[in-house]
Amino acid sequence: MKRHLISAADLTRDDAVLILDTAEEMARVADRPIKKLPTLRGRTVVNLFFEDSTRTRISFEAAAKRLSADVINFSAKGSSVSKGESLKDTALTLEAMGADAVVIRHHDSGAPHRLATSGWIGGSVVNAGDGTHEHPTQALLDAFTMRRHLAGAPDGGPTRHGEPGDSSGRDLAGRRITVVGDILHSRVARSNVHLLTTLGAEVTLVAPPTLVPVGAGNWPCEISYDLDAVLPKSDAVMMLRVQRERMNAAFFPTEREYARRYGLDADRMARMPGHAIVMHPGPMNRGMEITAEVADSERCTAVEQVANGVSIRMAVLYLLLGGNEPAVGAPIARTEESK
Amino acid sequence: MTVSDDRNTLIRGARVLGAEAQDVLIEGGTIAAVGPGLSAPDAVVVEADGQILLPGLVDLHTHLREPGREDSETVLTGTRAAAAGGFTAVHAMANTFPVADTAGVVEQVWRLGRESGYCDVQPVGAVTVGLEGRKLAELGAMHDSAAGVRIFSDDGKCVDDAVIMRRALEYVKAFDGVIAQHAQEPRLTEGAQMNEGVVSAELGLGGWPAVAEESVIARDVLLAAHVGSRVHICHVSTAGSVEIVRWAKSKGWNVTAEVTPHHLLLTDELVRSYDPVYKVNPPLRTEADVTALREGLADGTIDCVATDHAPHPHEDKDCEWGAAAMGMVGLETALSVVQHTMVETGLLDWAQVADRMSFRPAAIGRLGHQGRPVSTGEPANLTLVDPAYRGVVNPVGFASRSRNTPYEGRELPGRVTHTFLRGRATVVDGKLA
Amino acid sequence: MDSISSPHAAPARSVLEGPDIARVLTRIAHEIVERAKGADDVVLLGIPTRGVFLARRLAAKLDAITGRSTQVGSLDITMYRDDLRLRPARTLGRTEIPADGVDGRLVVLVDDVLFSGRTIRAALDALGDIGRPRAVQLAVLVDRGHRELPIRADYVGKNLPTSLRETVRVQLDEEDGRDSVLLGVRETPAPGE
Repeated sequence: MKRHLISAADLTRDDAVLILDTAEEMARVADRPIKKLPTLRGRTVVNLFFEDSTRTRISFEAAAKRLSADVINFSAKGSSVSKGESLKDTALTLEAMGADAVVIRHHDSGAPHRLATSGWIGGSVVNAGDGTHEHPTQALLDAFTMRRHLAGAPDGGPTRHGEPGDSSGRDLAGRRITVVGDILHSRVARSNVHLLTTLGAEVTLVAPPTLVPVGAGNWPCEISYDLDAVLPKSDAVMMLRVQRERMNAAFFPTEREYARRYGLDADRMARMPGHAIVMHPGPMNRGMEITAEVADSERCTAVEQVANGVSIRMAVLYLLLGGNEPAVGAPIARTEESK
Repeated sequence: MTVSDDRNTLIRGARVLGAEAQDVLIEGGTIAAVGPGLSAPDAVVVEADGQILLPGLVDLHTHLREPGREDSETVLTGTRAAAAGGFTAVHAMANTFPVADTAGVVEQVWRLGRESGYCDVQPVGAVTVGLEGRKLAELGAMHDSAAGVRIFSDDGKCVDDAVIMRRALEYVKAFDGVIAQHAQEPRLTEGAQMNEGVVSAELGLGGWPAVAEESVIARDVLLAAHVGSRVHICHVSTAGSVEIVRWAKSKGWNVTAEVTPHHLLLTDELVRSYDPVYKVNPPLRTEADVTALREGLADGTIDCVATDHAPHPHEDKDCEWGAAAMGMVGLETALSVVQHTMVETGLLDWAQVADRMSFRPAAIGRLGHQGRPVSTGEPANLTLVDPAYRGVVNPVGFASRSRNTPYEGRELPGRVTHTFLRGRATVVDGKLA
Repeated sequence: MDSISSPHAAPARSVLEGPDIARVLTRIAHEIVERAKGADDVVLLGIPTRGVFLARRLAAKLDAITGRSTQVGSLDITMYRDDLRLRPARTLGRTEIPADGVDGRLVVLVDDVLFSGRTIRAALDALGDIGRPRAVQLAVLVDRGHRELPIRADYVGKNLPTSLRETVRVQLDEEDGRDSVLLGVRETPAPGE
C-alpha cells in the first residue's frame, strides 16, 4: 500500500483514473458559492519548498485549504534550511509539529523518495517536483486536461470547439501526445511519459538531441528530432519551458535557432489536427518555445491547466489523507455504511 | 601487543595460497619453515584446518582521513580496519586536510602508521599543490622524506591538464615513482551524480558518462608511452576502460590498473533506492561493466584490487542523494567481496587472489617487504582466511570509525581469522589483537 | 454498520419486489405533490448511489402527475461524513445540482435506506455549502430504525423494524439488474461495528 506520491510510475491505470475522476468531483466544488469542504479538518499539510515555485506552492495551498486542512508553508529561503540545517532535521521538526502530509519541492532528484523511505517522518509525502526527476501532480493535471478535451465527448472522443467535457472513468487509450523541449532537465516530461503511457497514450518526445537524456531509448515512448513530422499526428502538443540557463551551455546554438526548429508558432499549429490542443506547464517563454499568438489562442490550455492543478491536488490530498489509510494503490471501500 | 610478540607461532594445516595443507612456522618477524608436520614445542599453535594462508594483503588506495577528518577515520582506526580485513600494508591517499603535498605531511602520516602497529602505512603524495591541478607538488622532497613516497596521486580529483600530467609522469621517473590517476574528465562530469545511462535517465540524476573516465585513461596511457613512464589507473570502473588498458598493455606500455571490490559486485540499479550509501566516485556502473571488470581482473589486464576505502561520518550519508558525500568503506569487506565475485565464480584461484591483492600491488608501490611469497626466510606478513565462513555484514562490528558500507545486511563468504604483521599477530581468531 | 449483505450473511428474504417499489414511489410522489402544494419549486436530490436512481424515478412520477419537468440532481456526501477516518479514503460519488440551484426551493433528499441518520446529517451539511433552500425534506424507500441522530423521514416507502444483526439490501434495476429489498441476517459482525 502506498502512503506517498513520489513518482508517476508508482500509479496503476486504475489509480490514475481514480485520481482523475476524483479531481472531476473536486472541480465541481470550484463552481459552488462555498468553495470549501470539511473533509480534511484537523489535518495538517506542510508545504516544504526548497526551491522557489510560487505557482506550485499556491496550487497545493489552495487545494489543502479547500479541503479545510491546516496549511503550514515552510520555505527554504530565510529559514534554517539555508543556514545548513539538513533535510533530516527539517523533517524531524515537521514530524514533531504533527504533519499529516509533507508536500515537498526540492532541487535534488530523489529527495522526496528519501524523505518517504528514511523513517524521518510518519506522514504522507507528496512530490511537488524533485530536481530533474519527477513532478507527478503536474503530469496528473496534464492528463486531466487532456482527458477532458480528448475523451470528453459523449462517445469518448475529442470534444468540439475546445470545450472540455465529462470524461469520468475514461483513460487516454490511443491518444497521441507530443512533448517538445528540454526533456533532459524536465521532471514534467519524465512524469508525463510514465503517466500517459500508463493511461494508454502514445507519447512522442521531440527535442534537439542534446536535450534528450542518454538512456531515454529505454523509455516507453518514441523520440523524434523533427517537430514538423510529428505535429500532424498529435492529439496534444505539450511545449516545455526552456530554462534561460541552458542557453549558454551549448545545448543549442542560439535562441533564434531553437525557436525556428522547436518552437510552436501559428503555422506549425495549423498543421495539427483540428481537435488537437496545445499545452504548456508554465511559465511560458513567449517567443522562445511558443509564440504569443499560439499561447493566447483558444487551443492553448495553459490557463485551464492551472485551474485543473488545484482540482488534481485536492484529489491527491483527499485520497492520501481522507481516510484511515490512503486510497491510491489500496483497495477502495465501496460499501455503503451508516445510512 | 600479544603473547606472540615474544613467542613463535606455528600455523598448522593451512592451505598455502590455496594449495595443499602445510605447516608454517613463524620465528621473530620471518617465516622460519614451511612444510608438513612441523613441530615447535614453545610456539603458539594456530589450528588452520581448511583455511587459506595468503601473503598479507596490500591496499594501493585507502583514505585514512588523518590529518583533518578524524571524525570519519584516523590512522589508528583505519589501520585496525585494515588488519581486520587481512591487510598488512595500506597506501594512505593524499586528500587530507592539509593535503599531503609536502614532506612534512607525508612524514606525519607515515609516523602515525608506525605508531599504530596494525599495518604498514605508506603515504601517497599529492601530484599537485593542494590537489588543484596547477602546480607540481614537491614530489622529490616527498620521495626523499622518511616516508619514501613512490606513488603520487591527486585522487578525488583528476590531473586533467595534459601538460601537468605529462610533466608529473616524466619527473617521477628520476626516483622510480608512479602517478596514480583518478580518471575523470571534469567538464564531462559537472553536476554528475551517478553513471549516465538508463537508470540516470529515469532517476533524473546528473549523468557521469563512462567516456569521462575512458578518455582520460586513453590520453594518459598515450602520454605514459610517449614519455616512457609508468602510469597507474585508479579504480577502473567501465568496460571501455578495461579495453583501453588491455590495448595499452598489448603495446608493452608500462600501465597498471586497479579495481575496487564494489565495482566488482554492485551496479547502478542500486541507486534506484536513492540511498546515498551507493554514492561513490567513480559511480557504480552497469552489469556489463561489472562483467568486464571481473574478466579484466581475471586475465590480468587489471593488476590488482584496491579498496578505495572512503570513510564518511553518518550525517554525510543520512541525507538526500545530492547532498551526500561520495565513497564507501571497504577494508573490512574487500576479501569477502573478492571471494564472492572472483573465487566462487571460478574466475580466480587463491594463488591469483594472492597475486591481485598482495604481490602486484606491493610491486606497483615498490614495497620491498610486503607482497612476498609464503616461503622460508620471507617476512612473516600473512593472512589466514576461513573460506567456508558465511556471515551477514553488520557495520556495528567494524573497526573503522565509519559505517558507510553498501553491504550492510548482505551475506558474504569468508572471514579473516588471523593477520600477522612481521610475525606479530594483529588479528587473532577474527578479533583485533 | 454495514447495510449491505456480507459474504457471511444468511440467505436474504425479499420484503419488497419490483411492483411494490413502483407502487410506494408513486405514493411518495403523490404525497410530495400534496404536501408541497403542487411541487412546482421542488428539487429532488438523490444521495449516491441508489438514492440517485430513486430520485430520478420519483421525478418521472412527479412529471406525470404535475405535467411539468421536475428538477432532479444528486448530492454526494462522502466528503462530509463523520467517519472518514475509520476506513480507507472512499471513492467520491457525483454531485449534480440542477442549473437553477437550490436557493429558496424545496429540496427533497432521496435515499434508499434510513438507518443511523448520519448520512442525512452529512447531506444537510453538504447542502448548506451549496445554497439555502426554502425547506428540506427527506424521502426514503426503507426506514429500518436505529436512529443515532434526531432525524426522521418525511416520506417513507416502507417501515421495516429490524435488529442490528439484520442487513437491509436495496437492489435497483439501474445498478443491480433487478428491483428488490432484501432482509438478511449477518452471521459475523461487520468490521467497524
